[in-house]
Amino acid sequence: MQEVKKVLVIGSGPIVIGQAAEFDYSGTQACQTLREAGCEVMLMNSNPATIMTDPSTADHIYIEAMTLEKATAIIKRERPTHLLATVGGQTALNLALSLEEAGVLDQYQVKLLGTSLETIRDGEDRERFKQRMLELDQPLPISQTIETLEELEGFMEKAGVPLVVRPAFTLGGTGGGIAQTKEEARKLAANGLQASPISQCLVEASIAGYKEVEYEVMRDAFDTTIIVCNMENIDPVGVHTGDSVVFAPIQSISDKMNQILRTASREIVSALGVVGGCNIQFAIHPTEQTYYVIEVNPRVSRSSALASKATGYPIAKLATRLALGERLDDCINPVTKETMASFEPVLDYVTAKVPCFPFDLFPGSDRSLGTQMKATGESMAMGKTLEEALQKAWRGAGIEQAPLYPNWMKQADTEVLWQEVNQITDRRLLAMLALLDRKAATHEELAEKTQIQSLFLTTLETLILMQESLDLESKESLQQAKGFGFTDQQIAQITDVPLEVVQQQRNTFLIQPSFQMIDTCGAEFSSLTPYFYGSWSGRTEVTPSSRKKVAVLGAGPIRIGQGIEFDYCSVHAVRALQKAGYETIMINNNPETVSTDFEVADRLYVEPLTIEDVVHVLEAEQCRQVLVQFGGQTAITLAAELEELGYQLLGTTADTIDEMEDRDRFYQFLDRLQIDRILGQEVSNEEELTAIVKELGYPLMIRPSYVIGGKGMHRLTTATDLEKLLPEMVFPILVDAYIEGHEFEVDCISDKTTTYVPVIMEQIEAAGVHSGDSTMILPPVSALASLQDEIEQIAQTIGQHLDYQGAFNIQFVVKDQTVYVLEINPRASRTLPIVSKVTGQPLLEWAVQAAIGMKVEALPANRLTLPFHAVKTPVFSTLKLRGVDPMTGPVMRSTGETLQWTEAGLAKERFVFDQTTKTAMAKRTLRICGAGTDAWSEGAAVQPDTEFDTCLVFFSKSESEREQREKALAQGAIVITEEHLAQYFESVQTIPMCTVKPLSEWTTQKERIQ
Amino acid sequence: MKGTGALTLADGHVYPGELIGSSSVQGEVVFFTGMTGYQEVLTDPSYRGQIIVFTYPLIGQYGISEQDSESRQIQVSGVVVQTLANNGLRSDLADWLAASDIPVLTQVDTRALVHHLRNQGDQIGILTCGTSSVQEQSNLIATVSIKQPEVYPTDYEAGHIVCLDYGVKKSMIEALQERQMKVTVVPFDTPKTVIDELKPDGLLFSNGPGDPSQLDHLIPEINKLALAYPTLGICMGHQLIAKAFGCRIEKQHHGHRGANHPVRQLKTGRVFMTSQNHGYVVQADSVQNSELNVAYEHINDGSIEGLLHPTHPILTVQFHPEAHPGPLEAMVIFDQFVAGILKQEVAYAGS
Repeated sequence: MQEVKKVLVIGSGPIVIGQAAEFDYSGTQACQTLREAGCEVMLMNSNPATIMTDPSTADHIYIEAMTLEKATAIIKRERPTHLLATVGGQTALNLALSLEEAGVLDQYQVKLLGTSLETIRDGEDRERFKQRMLELDQPLPISQTIETLEELEGFMEKAGVPLVVRPAFTLGGTGGGIAQTKEEARKLAANGLQASPISQCLVEASIAGYKEVEYEVMRDAFDTTIIVCNMENIDPVGVHTGDSVVFAPIQSISDKMNQILRTASREIVSALGVVGGCNIQFAIHPTEQTYYVIEVNPRVSRSSALASKATGYPIAKLATRLALGERLDDCINPVTKETMASFEPVLDYVTAKVPCFPFDLFPGSDRSLGTQMKATGESMAMGKTLEEALQKAWRGAGIEQAPLYPNWMKQADTEVLWQEVNQITDRRLLAMLALLDRKAATHEELAEKTQIQSLFLTTLETLILMQESLDLESKESLQQAKGFGFTDQQIAQITDVPLEVVQQQRNTFLIQPSFQMIDTCGAEFSSLTPYFYGSWSGRTEVTPSSRKKVAVLGAGPIRIGQGIEFDYCSVHAVRALQKAGYETIMINNNPETVSTDFEVADRLYVEPLTIEDVVHVLEAEQCRQVLVQFGGQTAITLAAELEELGYQLLGTTADTIDEMEDRDRFYQFLDRLQIDRILGQEVSNEEELTAIVKELGYPLMIRPSYVIGGKGMHRLTTATDLEKLLPEMVFPILVDAYIEGHEFEVDCISDKTTTYVPVIMEQIEAAGVHSGDSTMILPPVSALASLQDEIEQIAQTIGQHLDYQGAFNIQFVVKDQTVYVLEINPRASRTLPIVSKVTGQPLLEWAVQAAIGMKVEALPANRLTLPFHAVKTPVFSTLKLRGVDPMTGPVMRSTGETLQWTEAGLAKERFVFDQTTKTAMAKRTLRICGAGTDAWSEGAAVQPDTEFDTCLVFFSKSESEREQREKALAQGAIVITEEHLAQYFESVQTIPMCTVKPLSEWTTQKERIQ
Repeated sequence: MKGTGALTLADGHVYPGELIGSSSVQGEVVFFTGMTGYQEVLTDPSYRGQIIVFTYPLIGQYGISEQDSESRQIQVSGVVVQTLANNGLRSDLADWLAASDIPVLTQVDTRALVHHLRNQGDQIGILTCGTSSVQEQSNLIATVSIKQPEVYPTDYEAGHIVCLDYGVKKSMIEALQERQMKVTVVPFDTPKTVIDELKPDGLLFSNGPGDPSQLDHLIPEINKLALAYPTLGICMGHQLIAKAFGCRIEKQHHGHRGANHPVRQLKTGRVFMTSQNHGYVVQADSVQNSELNVAYEHINDGSIEGLLHPTHPILTVQFHPEAHPGPLEAMVIFDQFVAGILKQEVAYAGS
């Protein structure tokens, strides 16, 4: 009847702060929905670690730089009839707007699906937004759109300070903030104008202190509108919603206010003409029945992913169907399969979201929270009480609770705790707990200082009271504590008894966890969705099957060093296990991801990835086998305890993991195989440290054992460096010689018979830059085939001798033709998704087959040779983290990555991977050189007061130039801090960009070395 | 008073909990799925005599507020919740319930209870700290209806509505007042002759508790009234008018009580999200042989949500356009009713 639509879906590109895995979830759902509807789907996304760029997701996949040129080339080549731009975050919206402005959509007659670009502009363009809200009689804070600093002065005359600066068309509030003084306002506005691609900011009178709530709205083209979920921030207006602890549904707001905002939401989406999903943020007066509209996002968002997972209602999937012209009341609710999609979910539990911040990686970074988002990821948890949901989300975010708040707060001065409260840092709620605990603050004082709702303060007080009254001998008391989300571990700490005593007491009292279904309807209708959460009241709704089954542990919240790649691995692990006939049980607590889509695994549990919570799920499911190697370090850290409790880790053992992570055992392992390694050892006190330093000499690397993302790693070049670090050192510490060589990396699959090394990756930057922050080329450009052979052979030797089946990763450094092994990670690595995509091989599936003990017949014996090179580029969010030096080093700081292709060996796209970098490259030419970098490049020398607003690239490697680096970054320059990368930059300048080609075309070019 | 207690259902199932309050109460056990609006529910006369189960596990988070009540007192007989929240505010729900002598059973596995009611149907239960036998209730409407007429004026009076009070909610009267209608609320059994003397421009047959068959003796009078004036029937009013024009009413297996019920207007295809609270429903087959036509239907179960007379200005709806609690979007029903009266048209037939 209808002609087949060819739809181009634009993804969101690399993970950056403000735009994380949620768009892989929404994009993947959109692609699947479009294909179910019979559309031919082409996909553009530069992020190779996503499920959406998997050959199984779309018909034609383009992993290409997110620029207008590349998008145009794809459209020219594929001739899509339609474009879906509302599932790829701000990046996709901005790209769609550029395509339209450049006339590309008209020229190739591409129609937009869903919400129109005009509507998107109404939401995004601050001036138009204001006009539309005025027409609708919707209240907005006093504000003005400015394009110059003079206009700011005019506004301040009128409205004064404090004020909020919101740059137009930026994500996560980049470049914005709250200014308390006029001077601050000028500075912020200057930054904001810089950050906005159209040099426009909204300045508005501050309404800090209002309650902040969000409504997730869906509307079809026939004006049926529903509110899928509403959410309330614990933090009043002033803290970015991505950085706030959030509850769903709203908690402290009456039905009257709720319905006023619901009506306003409906009027807004209807007047704007939204078709699909939309997010609206409101500020509510703390005591009066008045409100303001803060923001309208006419697309699916981080909040819509959270709302989808919190309610079970798949917003992106339905939004896509609505974009195709379906009616809400014709769509079946995919959760109940009994009711229609045109209803509003009700919950019979509380959902809490807790953000994860990267501050601990960077001592000295600015922890204060404001209107610019700083969180890298989030943890979600459900419970029957606010206390339970909050505590579960806290521990799921890896927040130290000892037993309620971090240990250091116990010793900290009261004044220090008050500082955390007054400044609004990520630790504010914990500091409030500490203050309440030592009776150094009252409810009223905290209410006054923070303007946090009394209900939430009561929640904190309840936790303190529970801690004080906890009585292990009383069933009622123990039951109550469990109901408030206390773990056995916390209870053991509070009552000062061994953990086993608490467990025993709990068993005596028959207090057991129960698991209930997330069914969108509060049990009003029957539902078969296998999506569960745990709590301590009510009867469990889980009946374990008698099938053979495996639990897959996910990676939890996205953080620097542990990104979306592990979600890719987890999802593939599930698929491969299902293919092998297993029932799969997914445990993960990251609401953004594909793995927490209830359609992925046979059973999904949103639970914290701690040993207690995981074991409860395993017990409920009567599952004995656990796959930990695909969930990053979070899952690996649970391995030893799981094994101790009698669970079988597939493909590995706790001993193997320990052998690779314990430095002494690791070196013995390498020595036994006669593999060259770096000199070094673990030291447990200062004396041993001095001895080893003397033996090895400088430069040195030091780090704690079991690191993630290089946390706590330092490169020492002189004795002074060491002295500086000594006071804060916590032993044991690993001390290694530092070899300034050439780094290589491999991802291998071993089934014990064969160890397959698909391709070798070469790092551009010298050793010492964290591999996650480095530019990787695969296969290598500069390494001779003989060197690659040697690396492959070493990897195969390791594979043969390691008691391990599945995927693992080895890092090498080569100097003077000697190949040293730096480390072996007995788990799927950050780069495995990339290797899988570049080689076009089902590496994850093979790894899972190996892990479950199959002999993988398909495993090739030798590596591939590819007639092209792929270049992995790290992408940083440092701009959003004040106080973090952009200089790369042993501590990882990138948040995401992109992949480029080249037949020439060099890829200009390494520096032109999105619209911003593209514009910079086109408009700027100036090079500025820091101390000691003039050998890399010819350019102006840096001065303390150098401005970088016309600078293309700033080369800098001196510690002392940190301020200039931060400034250069803020002013839009590329900051390069490593010599080889600088040389790479210079050598790609004259290289033309690579022609766009779909993934399938690249991967069919491979041939095997015989 | 706090102690162990239980909810015992007519079919013998027992749900234990912690009982706050001293009195034992009996009533039909029904569940409400909305996540806000507990105060409006507790004071809605349609819940008169019922034991209300909240599916949301926390009730009382935002306290209570005087102007949010739907009538002058708490109407439910008893409350079953998982947790009665403490919000640290002075306007505390727990205190209000205690002061009103309404027993509350907390720490109940409400999800299992809802599951049971969903499968076994709504039924009588008893909330007690001991055991007791279950008896039927009757004549609920007579208890909640006012005894003497009351007048609710407006500043500018564009018309006059007489409301037959089967247990009317305050928001219904307010919705009419906001549309410049003076409202006279009269007892449920006021005869036509008395109403004629009030010279109304239209009639509102209100919501109310229980089984409409308790007013079978008034059905002929209701028929006469509806034919004489532009008429809007809501919930109980809808069912009574349906009966008066030949439809049959049946008890639902389990009622609709929540704020997320999607309803489709047949003429336009438009979907409304509505607030609902009913345990009886117009039997779908019976409409064909009646004088009325179906105007609205429930999207999930296809049940009758509204009826329209083909020649007379009579519109009835099963859902609650006055909301409170719940979505406000069906308020247009009042707009249409009032506009119809003002234009003296048979116009609110669905446009």
